[in-house]
Amino acid sequence: MFELSQDHEDFRQVVRDFAEKEVAPHIAKWDAASHFPADLVPKMGDLGLFGLVVPEEYGGAGDAGDFTSLCVAIEELGRVDQSIGITLSAGVGLGINPILTYGNEEQKQRFLPDLVSGRALAGFGLTEPEAGSDAAATRTRAVREGDEWVINGAKAFITNSGTDITSVVTVTARTGTNADGSPQISAIMVPAGTPGFVVEPAYHKLGWHVSDTHGLTFEGCRVPAENLLGAEGEGFKQFLKTLDDGRIAISALAVGCAQACLELATGYAKTRTAFGRPIGVNQGVSFQLADLAVMVEGARLLTYKAAWLKDELHAGKRSVKEVKQAAAIAKLYSTEAAVTATRTATQVFGGNGFMEEFPVARFYRDAKILEIGEGTSEVQRMLIARGLGLPA
Amino acid sequence: MNIVVCVKYVPDAQAERTFNASDNTTDRENVDGLLSELDEYAVEEALKIVEAGEGEVTVLTVGPDQAADAIKKALQMGADKGVHVNDAAIHGSDAVATSLVLAEAIKKLGDVDLVITGMASTDGTMGVVPTMLAERLGLPAVTFASELTVDGGAGGTATIRRDGDASTQTITATLPALVSVTDQINEPRYPSFKGIMAAKKKPVETWALSDLGVDASQVGLDAAWTKVSSFDARPPRTQGEIVNDEGDGGSKLAAFLSERKFV
Repeated sequence: MFELSQDHEDFRQVVRDFAEKEVAPHIAKWDAASHFPADLVPKMGDLGLFGLVVPEEYGGAGDAGDFTSLCVAIEELGRVDQSIGITLSAGVGLGINPILTYGNEEQKQRFLPDLVSGRALAGFGLTEPEAGSDAAATRTRAVREGDEWVINGAKAFITNSGTDITSVVTVTARTGTNADGSPQISAIMVPAGTPGFVVEPAYHKLGWHVSDTHGLTFEGCRVPAENLLGAEGEGFKQFLKTLDDGRIAISALAVGCAQACLELATGYAKTRTAFGRPIGVNQGVSFQLADLAVMVEGARLLTYKAAWLKDELHAGKRSVKEVKQAAAIAKLYSTEAAVTATRTATQVFGGNGFMEEFPVARFYRDAKILEIGEGTSEVQRMLIARGLGLPA
Repeated sequence: MNIVVCVKYVPDAQAERTFNASDNTTDRENVDGLLSELDEYAVEEALKIVEAGEGEVTVLTVGPDQAADAIKKALQMGADKGVHVNDAAIHGSDAVATSLVLAEAIKKLGDVDLVITGMASTDGTMGVVPTMLAERLGLPAVTFASELTVDGGAGGTATIRRDGDASTQTITATLPALVSVTDQINEPRYPSFKGIMAAKKKPVETWALSDLGVDASQVGLDAAWTKVSSFDARPPRTQGEIVNDEGDGGSKLAAFLSERKFV
């Protein structure tokens, strides 16, 4: 059965230490200003956070690293702040992974060393204003003209796409039509600063204020033909696989959120007094915290089981189907637990929970997107039902 | 350049620290411990020196079983090997005895060019062990360094900057020497994932007093020059003094700060 090794626990301690010293003291200010701390990213790179699933030749941890370690890092960053957790999760899962998995050697050499060291970030442009999980509805088009692709269209909600250190965004686009009439989708890398690649102003979001999220517009944007990532027409398969990985990472982020809420609310219930005694003596409070502890434990076990299965899959010991099902189950449960945890925590904090001085207010705003991003809860239920063999 | 960094495993300052009721020594059983944060600066400084040139960093600690964690952290940061002096007879040792054990361990290590320590531990905060250690080893002690420059060539030197209240001193000593460093000297690194993995393969030797030729009667609680006779929990913080401004609020404030040497 699976368990976290001493190495994983040692690494957890380092990331926790890092998050508490480098993130916690600044996060309220960054959040209020919707400031993306680009200076923090190379420090995360120095810890090795971006290279945990990357071979050594590109600066990664090689065989010593695994996906479970990445989940540990995401959980621990997410325990202090969700925006920083998603910056890592998206930086690896959406920025590095597609290039690592589908790129040719020249593309990998060109982009990966800077991405792994945290000197650069990459984004993945899949979602469009009118195409989310229904990715076949992609409208962005890329047309081959000579030895260039000419891209026109728009992408929405693209993480890490507009930071000062963003080097490239991989975008999916229609490059033709298959024999059955369905659109042929391909993935193309668009370096930051390419003429016709317009980064729209940052969104005004309910939460994740510190995370960098933009809409992107492509107006006759030309990139060299060799920027095609993987084979032409493979884009659909590529991003489905990318999203499967991302679900487990989001689940780890949700565990960090729920864990933080449990710790904060428990601490508050011990010290805040009402009617002359700590509010935690009241079962109306203590039972909610007990239920929260159970949820956190369940979410963590489901998450790390899915991560373990993914590492086993990497070693050829598991089927893709098994991992996909575990990923959907973990994502669904953990993200809903996180939202519940933020609701409970703010309730325990009473009026203070509504005040931005207290981190639970930030977690409350940040949690909702967990049930939406990388496939909504409804999409997860659909996938799980399909995994049960129910008719699609 | 062979550098020895002396480190201490201390109770976490964030935790509720206390003493053993039986012998009034630091309670290490019920409080989580860690590498003294002030020693991280010493480890970092040693790593910087070796990375800029060549050599080896040995991290040395005296402490119970759990003190191995302090060595582990230093190895994760990048030190090359560890020495753990662990002997039940050491329990309750004071600074004098600790400096004796450290000195004998460094002598046993032999060819050492530079000994680096933190400015003090975060638990005892006495800050006397570095000087005692230098005296026992017959080395120049250049302490409280806010900057360290090492010239490791033949007849090498260690030059430090020491920041005082009224002046800044630049002091040079010939190697081998002992240097204690302050928390102003650098920004200690976090162990990287690779560092954590690499640390598992690094050698750590465990020595007993008998390996160092130190007799048990020279150390421990009975040999200590000082003893904790009693202890009480710190009383809860009292409300501060409220000064009503009757036209002299500014001067009262200035006097308060001046008295405590803030201004």
